[in-house]
Formats: sequence, structure tokens, C-alpha cells
Amino acid sequence: MSVNETAQTQATGFSPVAASLKNASVRFGSFTAIENLSLDIEEGAFYTILGPSGCGKSTMLRLVSDLIPAASGDVRIFGKTTEEARIAREFAFVFQDSTLLPWRTALANVELPLEMGRKRGVKIPLSDKSPMELLELVGLKGRENALPHELSGGMRQRVAIARALVCKPKLLLMDEPFGALDEMTRDHLNLQLLQIWKETGVTILFVTHSIPEAVFLGQKVLMLQAHPGRLKEIVDIDLPHPRQIKLRDTAPFTRYTAHLRELLETC
Amino acid sequence: MTMVEKADLAEPNESELAAKIDAEQVRMERRRKIEAFLIPMTTVVSLLLIWQFGVRFFEVPMYIAPAPSDVGAALIKQFPLLLTNFWPTFYESVLGFFVGNLAAVCIAVAFVHNKTVQKAFFPIAVFINTIPILAVAPILILILGPGLSAKIVIVSLICFFPTLVNMVRGLQAVSPQALELARILSATKSEIFWKIRLPSSLPFLFSALKIAATTSVIGAIVGEWVGADVGLGALILDSSFNFRAALLYATVFMSSGLSVILFASVTIAERLIVRWHT
Repeated sequence: MSVNETAQTQATGFSPVAASLKNASVRFGSFTAIENLSLDIEEGAFYTILGPSGCGKSTMLRLVSDLIPAASGDVRIFGKTTEEARIAREFAFVFQDSTLLPWRTALANVELPLEMGRKRGVKIPLSDKSPMELLELVGLKGRENALPHELSGGMRQRVAIARALVCKPKLLLMDEPFGALDEMTRDHLNLQLLQIWKETGVTILFVTHSIPEAVFLGQKVLMLQAHPGRLKEIVDIDLPHPRQIKLRDTAPFTRYTAHLRELLETC
Repeated sequence: MTMVEKADLAEPNESELAAKIDAEQVRMERRRKIEAFLIPMTTVVSLLLIWQFGVRFFEVPMYIAPAPSDVGAALIKQFPLLLTNFWPTFYESVLGFFVGNLAAVCIAVAFVHNKTVQKAFFPIAVFINTIPILAVAPILILILGPGLSAKIVIVSLICFFPTLVNMVRGLQAVSPQALELARILSATKSEIFWKIRLPSSLPFLFSALKIAATTSVIGAIVGEWVGADVGLGALILDSSFNFRAALLYATVFMSSGLSVILFASVTIAERLIVRWHT
């Protein structure tokens, strides 16, 4: 079966599939981090991933982003293997730590993905937004010449998001990107991320430890369970967009958080 | 009414107060800077005065210990002689510094990219480092003759090891996440080297270069002791054999001046290049 045919068969569902896992397992030696995970990620949706520690949340993102191989099963991104998708720059990754290069200015950090990978045959996709415009999009206009140590933690993470967007990825993988930030900064960045998601139409897979953050951001919450990592439940979050911070104090919101907390306790 | 007036009055007062606080802070800062300069200067001057009067008071003969004023006089009177001997030592130190550090950096790059090379050659590097430089200097003079090249080899040997060790550590001090990012970007080994490993090793390299800046002068002087008729090392031997103590002290002063110049140059280069370390 060719790559194209695979894409077509997978896309014959209800909505196009950004990523699909079929019976995927990940093992580290004798330890099974993920077992038989099957899941379709719909294109354009915002998924948040919750679960107890050791349930393989980060491992799942690393599997999808070709950082670790599947021991068995199949992972496809827009019908391509993870390696093909990596070389085609179909996805981008935002780490918990901003991972900026400290000797590069904010702007030069955003430009890094444009300078790497050509020799490996990467055809770098042209974004409709320049690195400068992306810094503007994340609210860092005027700070483009600042070095990372001159920026706050929240600003550094915003530079990392701009860097992730520079190759116009169709899938954005975020591994607890706001985990180390204070609550005010986190709220602000949550709103900004929702706006970026709306503007770019990118599919987002967002790992978090925080139940309110998972409900606030996600259209769907993937609840994983540990030992070994498996999918426990997908919870659809039926809350209106655009979302405001005060949504968190409403009854429907707290019903979701209560439900998820209960699920988490039984994991 | 009075409240409003008070509020109106408060505003200029507050800004005046802020200006006063600012001025006070500037003054404090200036005082701190002056103190940081004056306190060590006072110590140095006092020690020099104690030395001067001690030598005069106890009538210590000039060939045993000259007074600071004698050293100063020698420094001025013999300056042409000191300068003709300064330049050879300067060239030996600087050339040896470049050769030794360049070799160390290249070998560190080879070590980091090939573990087998590291296993094969690191013990040899350690062995070379354990040989006292004073013991190996005569051998090098025998092989290479009393000219410039033997001194350059001695200086590069003394610079080599600290830079090798620091550079290997620097090249390996890349965060695992930065390497994951490079993998997601499908970066090649050479892209990772030039854009990530090399820049992140620079702070390590410069701390090694600062050590090398002063040890390179030691290497040059040791080389001149073993076999040379020019250079600060040769002048040190010559003036001590002839009991010209004031000239000897002035030569030592010049040698430490050379170290200071090299160290300062490395520090300035570091400030210009490594701007990201606060």
C-alpha cells in the first residue's frame, strides 16, 4: 500500500486524521511505557493529554515526533511514517524548558529551524508569516534582539512557540510547555495559545499535569492510565469558543474538572 | 478641597523624592567603585612603603634586596634592554599559546566525535601532562636547538592539557533537549557541531584560555632558562648571576606585566564573544 493510499483510507472517516496510532507499544528494556495504544487524532482539533505520572504522556509525544521508535504497531502522521513526517516538517515540538540557544537573540532562535536539515533533504515549508511576524503574533514585538537571559520564563516559552510555528507545522506537539510558569503567566499564555490555534488552524497535542488547564484548552481530553500506559477515556469538552478565563468559575467547567479528577483517581 | 490640594502637592514632592533617591543611589554606586579601587591600592602602596623603609632602615645591601625605588630606577634606566628582551618572550608565549590551544581544540573535537580516538589517545595526553615541563625542556632544546621553535613547543605543551580537558567538557555540555530539538529538525552532525556544540563550549574554552594566558609566559621563561641568550628568562638568569638585583626585579616585573597583558586580552575577547553568560 502506498503512502497516498494509506492517507486516503485513513481519511475516509468522519474528519481528516492528523495522526493515527494503531496498537502502538513503546518499551524501554523490559519496561513497557505504552501498550497497544490505538487512537486517531482529528485534524484541526485541540487535544489535551492528562494522566498520572508514568502513564506515558510524554512518551506518546516522543513516539509521534520520531524521537523514540515504536516497539510494535504503527504510527502515521498525515499518512506518512513518523520519519517521513519529520523530514517533511509536518510537526513541531515545544518542550517544557524553552530550549532556546542562549547565544542567539529571540529572532535568531525563531529562525533556527530554517537553517537546519537541508542537507538531510528537508524541504523547508514556507510559512505565510515571517519570523518577525511570528514574534509579533506571540506578543514579543520590540524584543526581537533580546538574548534569552534577558527575557522572563514566559517570554522565553513564547519565543519557543514562535520557533515551533516558523515552518508552518500542521501538528503542534507540546510537552507541558507552561508547567514551570506562575499561574498569571500561564493563564495569559493559555489565552494566547487558543488564539494562535484559531488563527493558524494547527492541530495541537498538549500534555499537561493541570486538570483545569486541560479542560480550558482542550476540545478533547485524552485520559491515559499507567502501568502500562494505555488510553482510559476520551472526554469531549463541550464548552463554547472563544474561551475566557472566567469560564473556569462556571458550573459546566467545574463539572468537567470534577469528572476528570474522579477518572484520574481511579487510574 | 484641602485634600485635592494635598494630592496636587504630593505629586511633585514624590517625583522630587524619587530623583533624590536616584541621585543617592548613583552616589552610593560611585562610592562603591572608588572603594573597590582605593582599598587594594592603599594596601599595595603601604606594602611598598614598608619594603622601602625596611630595606633602608636595616641597611640591606642592594645586591640582596633592592628597594622599590631602586627597581623603579632600573626599570626606567634599563628600559631599552628590558624591551629588547621582552619581545622574544612575547612572541614565544603568544605563538605557543595559539599552537597549543589550537591543537587542544582540534583534538577535543576528535575526542567528542570518536570515542575510540578518545580511548586511544587520552591516556597519552594525561601522560604528557604528568611530565614536569622543567624536565622535558632540555630534551626539546636538544632536539630543536636553542631557537624560537623549541620554546613554542614548550609553551604549547604547557597550554595544551587544561584546554583539552575543558574543551571536551564544553563540547559535551549540551542539554539533551537541545539535541532532541536538533533531531526533530533533522539536523546533520555538522549542523549540530557548528550551531549548537561549538557555541555552547565557548565559556568552557575561555576559562581554559585564561589559565593558558598566564602559564604560557611560565613556559616561555622556562624554555629561555634552559637555553637562550635573549628573552626575559635569559635576562633573569644573567642579572641574578651578576648580582644586578634591581635589574632582576625589574625583569620579573616585566614578566608579570606580560602575563597581565595576555590575560587581559583573553578577558576582553571573552567579553566581546561570550555575551550570553550573565
